[in-house]
Amino acid sequence: MALPKYTEPHYRIWHYIYLTICGAVFFFLIAPLFVIFPLSFNAEEFLSFSDGMKSLDPDAFSLRWYKDMIYGTKNPWGLAAKNSFIIAIFATIGSVILGTVAALGLSSRHMPYKGLIMAVLISPMIVPLIISGVAIFFFMAKAGLAATHTGIVLAHIILGTPFVVITVTATLSGFDHSVTRAASSLGSDPVNTFMKITLPLILPGVISGGLFAFVTSFDEVVVVLFLAGLENTTIPIQMWTGLREQLSPTILAVATCLIILSTLILVTAELLRRRSERLRGINR
Amino acid sequence: MSSETKQILTTDGIPLEVSLKKAERKNKIKAFLLVAPLLFFLIITYVFPIGDMLLRSIDDKMVTQMLPKTFKAMENWDGQELPEEEVFAAFHEDFIKLVEEKREGKLSTQLNYTKNGFKSIIKKLRRKSKSFEEGNYKEQIMSVHKRWADVEYWRAIKRRAPEVTNQKYLKAMDMYTNEEGKIVNVDEDRRIHRVLWLRTLEIAFFVTVFCFLMAYPIAHLLATLPMKYSNLLMICVLLPFWTSLLVRTASWMILLQQQGVVNDFFVWSGLVEDDNRPEMMYNKTGSYVAMTQILLPFMVLPLYSVMKTISPSLMRAGKSLGGTPFVAFWKVYFPLTIPGIGAGCLLVFILAIGYYITPALVGGASGTLISNQIAFHMKSTLDWSFASAMGLMLLSGVLVIYWLYNKIVGIDNIKLG
Repeated sequence: MALPKYTEPHYRIWHYIYLTICGAVFFFLIAPLFVIFPLSFNAEEFLSFSDGMKSLDPDAFSLRWYKDMIYGTKNPWGLAAKNSFIIAIFATIGSVILGTVAALGLSSRHMPYKGLIMAVLISPMIVPLIISGVAIFFFMAKAGLAATHTGIVLAHIILGTPFVVITVTATLSGFDHSVTRAASSLGSDPVNTFMKITLPLILPGVISGGLFAFVTSFDEVVVVLFLAGLENTTIPIQMWTGLREQLSPTILAVATCLIILSTLILVTAELLRRRSERLRGINR
Repeated sequence: MSSETKQILTTDGIPLEVSLKKAERKNKIKAFLLVAPLLFFLIITYVFPIGDMLLRSIDDKMVTQMLPKTFKAMENWDGQELPEEEVFAAFHEDFIKLVEEKREGKLSTQLNYTKNGFKSIIKKLRRKSKSFEEGNYKEQIMSVHKRWADVEYWRAIKRRAPEVTNQKYLKAMDMYTNEEGKIVNVDEDRRIHRVLWLRTLEIAFFVTVFCFLMAYPIAHLLATLPMKYSNLLMICVLLPFWTSLLVRTASWMILLQQQGVVNDFFVWSGLVEDDNRPEMMYNKTGSYVAMTQILLPFMVLPLYSVMKTISPSLMRAGKSLGGTPFVAFWKVYFPLTIPGIGAGCLLVFILAIGYYITPALVGGASGTLISNQIAFHMKSTLDWSFASAMGLMLLSGVLVIYWLYNKIVGIDNIKLG
């Protein structure tokens, strides 16, 4: 942001102070993520920079923690990753289907008690996770689903649907309903109309809701802590145990992989958001 | 459609209304049927279990069912002197049954919640009761331990007679019902929950304030910069937002530890001595720093989406009418951002008040919140009804804030990224 030439000196100073503050905040936001990166290549078993690393000695860097993550005998990361992906994928599918269908109903202007129902549908997002965890645990324990994949998937569907409902309702708010009426007037049945007309148009919203649901499930630890048995361990659970008990640099290798994954998700989500905004712009 | 048109032609308007209503109802049902699967799924798996928490938190049937005859015999006891023989006999009968079912341990745990000292005397009673003779149970039970001859302990048993209790809620506020039935505070050195509630509020409040102070300038910068720069900077906000909570907590653990990067920097810059590195983790500082960074995006995004809609010409108009930039900002720009401030602050406050993972890892003993206590009772002591009571107290606080949020911003205006 260039300042006009006539700016008085004290405003000029103030402007640079403002930019410095902004820079510091951005640094505070993003820098912690980049500490993990170099430390995950540490050749030693410490979670701090060794003298060798500070002087950029190549011997101080190694891939041993990545090897340990993949081949380590005692390391449960393989099982955890498998569980995490299975649970997150099924939870995403469930959330997307239930959430999208519900959002379609909610955006209809005929929907009765809209406010109340919306409040119930997004409540899992508002209620603190610890309370959701307790409540869901009571349900799963009664239903005999504690310490099963099914139980965790259902729990994550509960937590993931609000995101799908919100993103899809937002997409539908800019949706021109006359196109579906046109389709029905041309003889299309509702299912066909949905698959051929509505879904392609709201797809960006559906996918970004799905991404939220995926990340929610993939990153979720509080509810899983209550529900999971040894067999259902997930990546967040392993990280949680690791951070509490034996802090080993393997965790940093895992964390680096997770940061790369989240970068990919971020890029996808951003592209989708822009596409969706462009589409909505055309509709207006 | 065609049938309606015909009806207008054939009748005087009333059938049109009827058929319109019919069509309307059909549409309503259609819309509702779409929402129904998710709604019922959530009601069964989520809303009812929260109700179940309420029942659990006030439920006290356990002791009532373990000592049915005792409580029946106690109905006529005024609680002044030691109870009569019939109460002792009934208690003996109930107790023998419990020993047969191997449940006397549960009874002692439960009674110990009410008054300390039951554990040992119930153990002793179990051993001695094997050699009890028929009749005169009062004498025999009283001879087991002097506490059995203490009227206080019998009053404590009687207090467990009702099927519902408010004790869990009182316990969460560090209070209890004493021998006279009055609600009093527990001893000063045993008050732990009130401190936790206050600390939860304090940390949530200050984290919200810190987030606001840091988010406002950068949201402003993001909203006023040209698109190509702001998109790049937006990544700095969105990348942490999408990154795993545990990864971010882990990075703070590395940064804040005594041999960590931040301390190294302090030593290098000469701010602190090498052998006198400050503790920045496992205390409140750790909770503050980590929670502020983790929740910051939730403040930036609503502020940004509001600031984006404020036209820069308003500021120019303010300045051209004679205001200094500061006056123009304070009188024109700031009031327009208040909806975003409200949304961001309430969002961050709600999230912070229920935080669990980060305080548990970096907060140590002095930086933990009420959520940690709930998890502790869920997983370690297995006092689920107490965990439920605290959870519901927290929930009611959140619902009040949620209600405010809805009043000020509206639920529909929640924006994600």
